[in-house]
Amino acid sequence: MMASSYNAKEEDGHHPGASNNGGPGVVKSKKPDNTAFKQQRLPAWQPILTAGTVLPAFFVIGLIFIPIGIGLYVTSNNIKEYEIDYTGADPGDECYNCSQNFTWNSTTPCVCSVPFTLTQPFESNVFMYYGLSNFYQNHRRYVKSRDDSQLNGDSSALMNPSKECEPYRTSGAQPIAPCGAIANSLFNDTLELYYIDSNGTSNAVPLVKKGIAWWTDKHVKFRNPGGNDNLTIAFQGTSKPVNWRKPVFEMDTDPENNGFINEDFIVWMRTAALPTFRKLYRIIQKKSSSTPTLASGNYVLNITYNYPVRSFDGRKRMILSTISWMGGKNPFLGIAYITVGSICFFLGVVLLIIHHKYDTRNNSADIPG
Amino acid sequence: VCCVGEENWVDSRTIYIGHKEPPPGAEAFIQQRFPDNRIVSSKYTFWNFVPKNMFEQFRRVANFYFLIIFLVQLMIDTPTSPITSGLPLFFVITVTAIKQGYEDWLRHKADNSVNQCPIHVVQHGKVVRKQSRKLRVGDVVLMKEDETFPCDLILLSSSRDDGTCFVTTASLDGESSHKTYYAVEDTRAYNTEKEVDCIHATIECEQPQPDLYKCRSNGVKTSFRLFFRPLGSENLLLRGATLKNTEYIYAVAIYTGMETKMALNYQSKTQKRSAVEKSMNAFLVVYLCILICKAFVNTLLKYVWQASPDRDEPWYNNRTDTERQRHIVSLVFTDFLAFMVLFNYIIPVSMYVTVEMQKFLGSYFIMWDDEMFDEELGERAVVNTSDLNEELGQVEYVFTDKTGTLTENNMEFIECCVDGHVYLGVCVRVSVRGRVTLCCRPPQEHEELFFRALCLCHTVQVKEEETVDGIKHGIHQGKSTSFYISSSPDEVALVEGMTRWRSFHALCCCCFFRFQLLEVLTFDSVRRRMSVIVRDSSGELYLFCKGADSSIFPRVVSGKVDEVRAREGLRTLCVAYRHLSPEQYEEVCHMLNGAKLALQDRDKRLAEAYDVIEKDLILLGATAVEDRLQEKAADTIESLHKAGMKVWVLTGDKMETAAATCYASKLFHRNTQILELTTKRTEEQSLHDVLFDLSRTHFSGTLLSSRLSGDCTDYGLIIDGATLSAVMRPTQEDYKEIFLDICRNCSAVLCCRMAPLQKAQIVKLIKASEEHPITLAVGDGANDVSMILEAHVGIMGKEGRQAVRNSDYAIPKFKHLKKMLLVHGHYYYIRISELVQYFFYKNVCFIFPQFIYQFFCGFSQQPLYDTAYLTLYNISFTSLPILLYSLIEQHINMDILRKDPSLYRDIAKNSLLRWPIFIYWTLLGVYDALVMFFGAYFLFNNTTFTSNGQMFGNWTFGTLIFTVLVFTVTFKLALDTHYWTWINHFVIWGSLVFFVVFSLLWGGIIWPFLNYQRMYYVFMQMLSSGPAWLSIILLIAASLLPDVLKKVICRTLWPTTTERIQVGA
Repeated sequence: MMASSYNAKEEDGHHPGASNNGGPGVVKSKKPDNTAFKQQRLPAWQPILTAGTVLPAFFVIGLIFIPIGIGLYVTSNNIKEYEIDYTGADPGDECYNCSQNFTWNSTTPCVCSVPFTLTQPFESNVFMYYGLSNFYQNHRRYVKSRDDSQLNGDSSALMNPSKECEPYRTSGAQPIAPCGAIANSLFNDTLELYYIDSNGTSNAVPLVKKGIAWWTDKHVKFRNPGGNDNLTIAFQGTSKPVNWRKPVFEMDTDPENNGFINEDFIVWMRTAALPTFRKLYRIIQKKSSSTPTLASGNYVLNITYNYPVRSFDGRKRMILSTISWMGGKNPFLGIAYITVGSICFFLGVVLLIIHHKYDTRNNSADIPG
Repeated sequence: VCCVGEENWVDSRTIYIGHKEPPPGAEAFIQQRFPDNRIVSSKYTFWNFVPKNMFEQFRRVANFYFLIIFLVQLMIDTPTSPITSGLPLFFVITVTAIKQGYEDWLRHKADNSVNQCPIHVVQHGKVVRKQSRKLRVGDVVLMKEDETFPCDLILLSSSRDDGTCFVTTASLDGESSHKTYYAVEDTRAYNTEKEVDCIHATIECEQPQPDLYKCRSNGVKTSFRLFFRPLGSENLLLRGATLKNTEYIYAVAIYTGMETKMALNYQSKTQKRSAVEKSMNAFLVVYLCILICKAFVNTLLKYVWQASPDRDEPWYNNRTDTERQRHIVSLVFTDFLAFMVLFNYIIPVSMYVTVEMQKFLGSYFIMWDDEMFDEELGERAVVNTSDLNEELGQVEYVFTDKTGTLTENNMEFIECCVDGHVYLGVCVRVSVRGRVTLCCRPPQEHEELFFRALCLCHTVQVKEEETVDGIKHGIHQGKSTSFYISSSPDEVALVEGMTRWRSFHALCCCCFFRFQLLEVLTFDSVRRRMSVIVRDSSGELYLFCKGADSSIFPRVVSGKVDEVRAREGLRTLCVAYRHLSPEQYEEVCHMLNGAKLALQDRDKRLAEAYDVIEKDLILLGATAVEDRLQEKAADTIESLHKAGMKVWVLTGDKMETAAATCYASKLFHRNTQILELTTKRTEEQSLHDVLFDLSRTHFSGTLLSSRLSGDCTDYGLIIDGATLSAVMRPTQEDYKEIFLDICRNCSAVLCCRMAPLQKAQIVKLIKASEEHPITLAVGDGANDVSMILEAHVGIMGKEGRQAVRNSDYAIPKFKHLKKMLLVHGHYYYIRISELVQYFFYKNVCFIFPQFIYQFFCGFSQQPLYDTAYLTLYNISFTSLPILLYSLIEQHINMDILRKDPSLYRDIAKNSLLRWPIFIYWTLLGVYDALVMFFGAYFLFNNTTFTSNGQMFGNWTFGTLIFTVLVFTVTFKLALDTHYWTWINHFVIWGSLVFFVVFSLLWGGIIWPFLNYQRMYYVFMQMLSSGPAWLSIILLIAASLLPDVLKKVICRTLWPTTTERIQVGA
């Protein structure tokens, strides 16, 4: 049953004699043009959604979506993810003391270690994330509190940051670089990972901090004022953000990762969509094909606890995850695909029945008429 | 000096003919100020256009609302920039102003062409040409034949000896017959410029009032003779009427410009609102409520949520000091406004632009329509007010003028029937009134008498065509050398018909007879017949009587009554005679003279005398005259009936003529039961009784018929002007109700003898009845203007530029109404209703995720989408496909629509914009919004989205939702499109491509003029991620699923007529 038809009418067909009608000039000028468009007779495809036409589409969608869903689900299940909460909210947690004794002015950093065990080895590249909960990076006041021109290395914006940065715009008489609430609240815990081998010695797991930010952010959107050399001079006359311990030009010893183009900083500056979020912290690169990136066994996470979250009931997590072509562990997409696919398939069957029933009824009704 | 008008002195005006003021001291001279003769139908002038137009536009609730939003955005710190609402608003206002300005300019042009037409005015004994608008009260005007009077005039003198002139008021009341007007007795003799100039006289008349048929003038006072003479309506020539059959006249202007009776009969031009616009406004109010609720809820929740200080001001996100110092009330208020601004896109500014554009551009299809072009007239359909396009698809009542609209306004003698034989051959020669030479083949007695009767029994006058330098004057150019004038068009037709047929039977033009006219028993509408008494050359006396069959048959004593069959659509007149003996004649003369000389009850006594005289008639035969219907008029009316419309004919004509036309045009069928509500009936019974009687018979009738099979009797109602005004009397509210009740159940109504304002009253009455039906008025004369203005949609016919100017739509012929309503109206309604629903839908989809997002961002009014997306969503990403849809969608082929008028019922009563459908669309929007938001939410929630482990931020989240949104709403429209031309393909796929290209470009470079770069590479990064693609596809599919399902299931299980035909086609 084809419920669509092609309606192609000849352009000049429907009003014969219109052109050879040699009327007076006045008549001619008032006569409407006989074009298909003006006469609303453009050739057109006239599809109609009927059970008959939609049925195959439903089955096709079902048949495509279900395998995709299964594929996604399996992929997601194969992804290994390990997450520990090191907030130290409860007494007895390793970091309880650090979280309780937090002051902004403390000179000696509080360090705590959280041991954990990986039961399964992580084979491919492992991505280390830190996660925050109940942290509203998407609050409007927060999101807009930045100056993209300043971060792009604009020297006038450096000395005179945008009003949006208030109240993190100036410190005393000096402009803050980088200004704004986002920069001011830069996540400054330091995470280190140690593998405890069978001997009980701890080996530091090498964490790569390159490649955690978008390439375009690092190379185009964020720029240091006056190039990357001698940031101390470039940032002269500016003040560090209030909550920072070090000024921006002392972020890293590597000049390619210092100042505004520090990748940790760039990652933080990309505000998260939801109050519970994770941000890429480090990458653990696979060394050889024979050994897993992270072998199963005992590990210790060393935390330099600088970042207070207790005041707003926040949580801090460290996540280790492998990544597939479809990203991190997320069963939702697979399940959703399977669900939608199954619904389509089911509806296809229902429609088939309805269509069948209706069609016979319709035909029998048509005969006497 | 006689002072009849003393008591209402203030209500009267004094006019000095030729502006000759009385000698000083003769009388207290008060200069009265009268308006000039300018007719103004335009709304604006060059100077007041901007303020007045702005005022009118901002009076529109929506525009005012957008202005407020814009001002709020300017004043407070809002999440979105003022440009996002300012730009579209500016665009709307400008586009509307340009459109209205253009329309008004056209009106100015039309006004100017009327106001500047030249008029001959007598000044100081010379004829001077003046522009019409410069004419002033008191000017003496020289009018020539076939000129149209520029203002209301008092006839001073005429070229005819008897001081009369003939006038046709076709454009005023639709009557094409010539009416006689009389010059003022004292000035009759002054018929040259010089003479006219020396008239010293004043006219006192009442201040202008709209009744066309009433004129109470206190009189002319020639100042030297101190003579007073009352004037009446027979002296008053109305603006818009045309001088006929009179070489020239002199007349003095008494009412000018907007004070003429015709202008007073116009109603002020009010802006007509279509039903769609009303629904739109209702929906708008709902959305406004939703908007306020959302803003209120969010504000409330915000303050509940941030009651604890770590949420309100966590260490990482402090307020500024100035903000901290603000008072809580002002904070709450600001927050509320900020939420309003954030969600204000739910009421789309661009909807108004799109609707305006759709209406304006869409109306071109009417003008372009080749089938609504009339070759004969060289005219095409014109759209004056494009605001009402969709109303054409909603019409429930069609009010049409008869003469010139339904009919060609051209009576024709079709056939006659003598003794049951239908005759086509006659040969008659008619000369001056009363003296007729008849020639015929050797006749049978009855035949001869029949044609004699036809030739004698009339009041026709002959106008001999003058030939000046070989150029013929007159309206019937080239048709005949002489033509006939009568107050009854039927008689003209009869006599003309005879003349025409003479040529076929030239051979029998052998014998001439000479008759002497003795008495004329004139026609009146109660008797519905007229008679003449003649004496032929041999001294025999005859009474010939002619009249409607119903009035002749009871008086016939012999003759084949049965043989005279009435023919549908033809106006039949029966002809009968009676031989009078000299004694009988004496008696008759005596009676008539007695009656004529009676001082009291003259009319009554005359009627009694006529009644006695016109009896014992012998039937001769019948004639059939036709006011030729316009081509396909009957077909059109039938289609309109089938489409569920009620057709009313409103005419100034006589009832008989009108009824005949109604039969011919299939308005009444043979089996239509006619209910009469006429003066004739109300004379017998009181109006009260008649009304109750009708409604009772009517109800019992319908009850009975509905109880018996579905074969329901068709009812038709005939009402005349006098009865109608009695019904409409403001004191009798219950009469109106009963009347409406009767009308509601009649499929066709004929109103005859209507004054222009009465036509408007009828329309108003129907419009104001409970159901508030949509009305459409069609007419061609100036007398239809008020009705056209009153109706929801006005359409005009061919003649009368006045009607064209004041109509909303102008069509060349009545038959074009069919395509206009059934095809164009239907399409426009389908298109605009989809447009309205879709616009609300797509904005629910757009804004609802933003609303949900507030729950996840601490109610901080953080926008989900980037400013560019917020602004451009309605302006460019999703606007063109729906605009195009609303211009060229055809859910059914136009040929089917025309063939099957019943499809029109599918969309009756605004069926596509009812609340359930609106709620369905809104719920669909909410569902789509939920799918999109939570789909994206679960994908983003605490997981990585890319294959390189990098994370996405809030702008990617918004962009993902936005991408799904744009694709979903565009695909939704694609699913609704039934007519895919290449333009649709181009626009739908084009706008999606545009969105992608724009997003790539918008995120592709660091925009130097922007102070934020939040979108930099966001779109590209998103597209580089596989799961993003997969989720976009999934979410689009999930969003569209229910709508497709609903469509298919409804179509399969509960198909509408339209849907059945779509599948069948």
